[in-house]
Amino acid sequence: MAEKKIRIMVAKPGLDGHDRGARILARCFRDAGFEVIYTGCHQTPEQIAAAAIQEDVDIVGLSCLSGAHRYLFPRVVEILKEKGAADITVIGGGIIPDQDFPSLYDAGIKAIFTPGAPLDTIVQWVRTNVQPRNE
Amino acid sequence: MTEEFEGMEQLRKIRAGDVRTASRLIRNLEDELPEAKSAIRRIFPHTGRAHVVGITGSPGAGKSTLVDALIASFRKREKTVGVLAVDPTSPFTGGAILGDRIRMQRHAEDPGVFVRSLATRGALGGLSKAVGDAVHVMDVMGKDLILVETVGTGQQEVEIINHSHTVIVVLVPGMGDEIQAIKAGIMEIADIFVINKADRDGSHQLESELMSMLNMVPEFQGGWRPPIVRIGNCFEPGPFGESLEELAAVIGDHYRRLVETDLLGDRMRRKTMVEIHEALRDAILAPILKEMTESGEMEEIAGRLLRKETDPYTIAAEVARRRLK
Repeated sequence: MAEKKIRIMVAKPGLDGHDRGARILARCFRDAGFEVIYTGCHQTPEQIAAAAIQEDVDIVGLSCLSGAHRYLFPRVVEILKEKGAADITVIGGGIIPDQDFPSLYDAGIKAIFTPGAPLDTIVQWVRTNVQPRNE
Repeated sequence: MTEEFEGMEQLRKIRAGDVRTASRLIRNLEDELPEAKSAIRRIFPHTGRAHVVGITGSPGAGKSTLVDALIASFRKREKTVGVLAVDPTSPFTGGAILGDRIRMQRHAEDPGVFVRSLATRGALGGLSKAVGDAVHVMDVMGKDLILVETVGTGQQEVEIINHSHTVIVVLVPGMGDEIQAIKAGIMEIADIFVINKADRDGSHQLESELMSMLNMVPEFQGGWRPPIVRIGNCFEPGPFGESLEELAAVIGDHYRRLVETDLLGDRMRRKTMVEIHEALRDAILAPILKEMTESGEMEEIAGRLLRKETDPYTIAAEVARRRLK
């Protein structure tokens, strides 16, 4: 009867409008049985954090292909923390150069997936590392 | 003691409008956790302030865009707004894509607006099972207006009337002939008709068909004849804004009429009846089904039915005799 589902938000921060990857992932999370909130493109980190709290998601997946990830990704983590929602996991993906990984991990991004990452791997990562309500 | 204390603390936070607490409670309601029911017991006495407006119509009719525009209109009137947007759950995987929010994201940072997406999770009727209680939560948060957007509906998903004071049915031109076909069901539940995308061909035909349908109604409840509001292209801000103002005004008029004629009491009673039915089903039927499934009795009954040794009505009578003394 009662079933605890993973709620995940897929969001595209910044000015980049290349959303095919984000949409494919949204679909793929749906097929994995998650409830997926898709916010669309051109979101500010503030909008994404506010929406994540309103939707009570367990995890936020950010997609960025424009190169602005070094500002945008950590900013989402920061705002969530400010709003008392540090328990929401944040992961990222897109065109992310290897040398940026350490600073993103330091900023609290829990995983980074770049082009070529198999969809199964991403879903499996979520299943392993995220529990509904982070219980 | 501590549980009681936590409960009171939760109620205090929700009444103060705390989004995190409210959203978590809605989640617990969706997941049907036992503590969520206790929470509803606590908040229920404080409900009944908000004006609940249901928005329904076929997929792609423009419901979410309309909700977004209505949020803006009501914010201009200094009303706080809660939105419950329902999208379908996959019958195969149990997953869902909740995409109504895309249209409303410009309001994400406005503290006077709270948008929450819900998946149907197998409920028929165009809503989710948790919607009634989620409305209570937003009501207790102090939202003046609660907009409930159904999944894209066909003809028969009329559940929304049990949860709202005002029902808006959104239609679009180009489905003209179907008006005849859908006269029963969804066409009967409208308090307000919106002809959306009214800049497109066929909108006048749709309007006249609606009018002639309404002309055949012998008497309207409370003397309220559902008005028809035409709304054009949302990319033409001038006329679009004007028609939205008209719609917002009509929504207010309808609420006043409900209050004046005491139809509001009727609608609230209707919701209460549905809530009692659901609560009874949960309290009485659900445990019986669970036990019968877990003990294997259900499997055994299915076998007997397939072999035509008995029929569903005999089984039901037997179970009722055994369990409900």
